Amino acid sequence: MRKTFLSQNPSVMWFIAFLGLFTLAVAIGSEATGTGLISTSMVKTLGKTLCLCLIAIAMDVVWGYCGILSLGHFAFFGIGGYAIGMWLMYARTEGIVMTSLEGHVIPPTPQEVQDAIGNQIFGVVGSSDFPWLWAFSDSLFLQLLMVVIVPGLLALVFGWLAFRSRVTGVYLSILTQAMTLALSLWLFQNDSGLRGNNGLSGLQNIPGYEDTSQATTSLVFFMGSALALALGYILFAWVVSGKMGSVVQGIRDNEARVRFLGYRVERYKLFIFTLTAVIAGIAGALYYPQAGIINPAEIAPIASIYLAVWVAIGGRGRLYGAVIGAAFVSLLSSWFTGGGAPAINLGFYTILWTDWWLVLLGVSFVCVTLFFPKGIGGLFDYLVRKPS
Amino acid sequence: MNDTLLEVSGVSKSFDGFKAINNLSIQIAEPELRAVIGPNGAGKTTFMDIITGKTRPDSGHVVWGERNISLLGMSEADIANEGVGRKFQKPTVFEAQTVRQNLAMALKNPRGPLAVLLHRKTPSNAARIEGIAAEIGLTESLTRIAGELSHGQKQWLEIGMLLAQEPRLLLVDEPAAGMTVEEREKTTDILKRAAKTRAVVVVEHDMEFVRRLDCKVTVLHEGSVLAEGSLDHVTSNPKVIEVYLGRGHA
Repeated sequence: MRKTFLSQNPSVMWFIAFLGLFTLAVAIGSEATGTGLISTSMVKTLGKTLCLCLIAIAMDVVWGYCGILSLGHFAFFGIGGYAIGMWLMYARTEGIVMTSLEGHVIPPTPQEVQDAIGNQIFGVVGSSDFPWLWAFSDSLFLQLLMVVIVPGLLALVFGWLAFRSRVTGVYLSILTQAMTLALSLWLFQNDSGLRGNNGLSGLQNIPGYEDTSQATTSLVFFMGSALALALGYILFAWVVSGKMGSVVQGIRDNEARVRFLGYRVERYKLFIFTLTAVIAGIAGALYYPQAGIINPAEIAPIASIYLAVWVAIGGRGRLYGAVIGAAFVSLLSSWFTGGGAPAINLGFYTILWTDWWLVLLGVSFVCVTLFFPKGIGGLFDYLVRKPS
Repeated sequence: MNDTLLEVSGVSKSFDGFKAINNLSIQIAEPELRAVIGPNGAGKTTFMDIITGKTRPDSGHVVWGERNISLLGMSEADIANEGVGRKFQKPTVFEAQTVRQNLAMALKNPRGPLAVLLHRKTPSNAARIEGIAAEIGLTESLTRIAGELSHGQKQWLEIGMLLAQEPRLLLVDEPAAGMTVEEREKTTDILKRAAKTRAVVVVEHDMEFVRRLDCKVTVLHEGSVLAEGSLDHVTSNPKVIEVYLGRGHA
């Protein structure tokens, strides 16, 4: 069975090998192991990029393979980030509060401790009460469960309503945009219970590992992200190969035909939509501790649109294409917007890439769609000739 | 004697005031080969849409099988799993996938997502696929991408997919459209063989093709049955000549 799976999916082995070598190279070059060739902030950037690659392959499965152009998957990514962020913030604040109360003659009551933590976390939005959302925030295990359950449940309910009513195509895309916009607007409110536009911060400090340097923490998260990407890649490669892959791609190419073959198309769409949402949540939970901060702007509609652009540029319908697209475009994006690209002086006008990067990205997207529908990943077709 | 498999009675359906199907009643036995003919707009495709659950009629009954269950209100997938297979007018196969994958997807097996996800290839399934491929003459092409097939081969593949579903009733919409003479003969043979063990309803424009099928013919006109019987019988019917043949030959 494993033999046939790998022989049918040669890209899995190549990908795992490449990812393994890449991880090893970064580990050797990182400051944590002493060579210091790669700065800690670079390790974080690379780790975050791996998380973006993970959500990109999820997007590729739901869009490239199943034909559902979801423009809301970043909402699930953000929810995963918030879920883990709540524990990170609670546990760290608890540690700070306990330290500050240590010297007191009379030991503080649990209520006093709670109030102090609440004050620390929610003072910024003028409150000190714990909202119901934070009921499990003291438990890492339960919040990790939330990383999976909340995106999964949201996708399940949303998908069930949408697919059952046979909402397809651009209408579904608009609905998913509305979903992520609504979520982000709700989070922006101060009384949402998640600190409004301040979001959750200080997530790079891992409670219990205060003495561990950021160099080490970032390397651990980088490796964790690499592992998650590898496992996600294998999982999705398995899902989109074999008979499941046939049905899912059949739904993309001719939904009605699949239905007349006796498959309940809605259930398949729901399965794919929910599974990819869960993986997106996991990717987000790994991303935000490396980013250090999450706020509602992260799940603005544009983020999910970028995700679709990455996958389109990388090449739809091939998992490694999504990885290439996400890594290439997001790294390029931080290079251009971070001032890495030199400004071009035309004499009468100076092109500043911080302003013009979006235009360049937009033009590339249009060109890829028009002239290279297979994306960057399509180049591999020229390298690898399938034996006929 | 043959048992009635499908009974359509008093079915009507109008779209924006246009009566596509008007008090239509048809019975199909098992096994049986039946040709449904009629001019454009006679309601042939709507008739198939109603049976397969794509369209809900305004009134009437569609009753299926020994247990006399109503197909109205069932989803397309449920109706397909009851044993109704449908071939579309245009060949609709999954062009990005191989012939074998197309047939494997259609093969009668559990249809739930979990069963499909955990599905493994078995020798018996492989043998069934080989058998169907032989039946439709695509044994050599099993590993080819369906999009590369010729028009006729795609039509056969779709018929093969229907056979793989092991339906009790096969609805075939204009199978001979765009086929060469040899391809037509082969298609006729496949359908005739299929009709030995199940009900096959062929909707067709082409009189020559219907003649070759050599079966009972139902003539539809303006959404209801105009005549029924052997081809010679219906073609000698003055009403049929007027509405169907009359236009071209008058």
